[in-house]
Amino acid sequence: MQCPKCGAPMQTFNRSGVQIEQCGGCRGIFLDYGELDALSRFESQWSQQPAPGPPPPPQGPGPAPQAYPAAPAWGAPHQGQHGYHGGHQGHHGKHGGRQGFGRMLFSS
Amino acid sequence: MNPDSDPGAAALTRTLAGLARARSRIRARTHDSCACGESLLSDRADGTVVRVGTAVAKAHAADTDPAALDVRVRIAADHALAGILLPPLPPAAVARLDGGRLATVWPYGVPVDPDEPLSAPWEAAGTVLARLHAVALGPLGGRLPGALPAMRGPAKAAAALGRMRAATAGRAAGITAGRTDPRIGRQHQAARDATERVWAGLPAWCRAEDPGTIPSTRALCHGDFHLGQLVRSPSPGAPGWRLIDIDDLGAGDPAWDLARPAAWYASGLLSPDAWARMLDAYQEASGTRGSDPWPQLDAPARALTAQSAALAVAKAAAAGRALDEDEEALVESCNRIAQLHAVQGP
Repeated sequence: MQCPKCGAPMQTFNRSGVQIEQCGGCRGIFLDYGELDALSRFESQWSQQPAPGPPPPPQGPGPAPQAYPAAPAWGAPHQGQHGYHGGHQGHHGKHGGRQGFGRMLFSS
Repeated sequence: MNPDSDPGAAALTRTLAGLARARSRIRARTHDSCACGESLLSDRADGTVVRVGTAVAKAHAADTDPAALDVRVRIAADHALAGILLPPLPPAAVARLDGGRLATVWPYGVPVDPDEPLSAPWEAAGTVLARLHAVALGPLGGRLPGALPAMRGPAKAAAALGRMRAATAGRAAGITAGRTDPRIGRQHQAARDATERVWAGLPAWCRAEDPGTIPSTRALCHGDFHLGQLVRSPSPGAPGWRLIDIDDLGAGDPAWDLARPAAWYASGLLSPDAWARMLDAYQEASGTRGSDPWPQLDAPARALTAQSAALAVAKAAAAGRALDEDEEALVESCNRIAQLHAVQGP
């Protein structure tokens, strides 16, 4: 994409599992919806004592409120106790379980 | 290694095929007239596997402990493991090939389709692991020819770290000599450093350094669980999924067997849905439904994250290539673990 400020092409980077676009000209950064929250959450996670996640929610039938199973404090953003953020799941098709992941599932 | 170009590997493949034919004849004499060919299923330093029709012969790693392998084969053949581990073709005995490699023979079971990871049998995986962990060790031990060996998961993780160190040491030399892109070399070094920090922060038992401090929970464990370790039972009277590969089987902390999928989940590589399906099935079968598994999973999951990252770095360094996206996700996990550890202290 083009930088909205100076018009130079923007490059995609991955910061802590969150994809951001940075301008090659003015070095400005563009964040998609929810990405700043994800980065902030990740930052606060570093400064907290790790606490065990809550017990996994009961898996009842029917469309229960969307929630992730518990994850460790070092879990990737978008996981576990960090909750579900509407509109964010599948945003990059990366952290919701990927199609191209077969190889690693079948090896040590 | 390509058996077509390596006379030693070709000979091993032929020997294994002969062993598979001989053992399957004991079971089904009609196999003599069967025209089914041989196929090499796996060929690595830690195991060469050849299939002939309905039988599979495996040459175990050169450094395999014969007495421990004998006990492990007998465990797989034991009635307490029926419906859990795939039993060997009778007799449940270890063969010694020309050249000294140890070999075992098994029925062929259809594996999980590697092209369909999303339709993998996650519930069956959780259930079969729970059943494995519930096997009573006392009575089983009384039926075995030797002491129950220790589960080898931590030893395999330590070996992966060793492999990474060896590969990156060679790589550094490659960079100096100008053979490797310096950016790739720096990526490998950063990944190696993150992996080492995770490793340094683990309890000694997770690094196979102090077996005396293994958590008090002790159960029969697979030791190297992943989706390649599940096959459909070839026995028409007893369908279902079975665990295969007994090389790392033994007594240990059962959390280790769940910790690899847990580590994939925590790295964002495994979907929350797949992880929840496996964990729920495990907890349902083990009577622990609804409890938080992470107090037990945390240390083994960190160890398995380090193991997977170490293997990724070792493979990438050996090939002179950059880490791929999945491998980077593991390294990112290592960085987060190391950061938390720095805040927490040892």
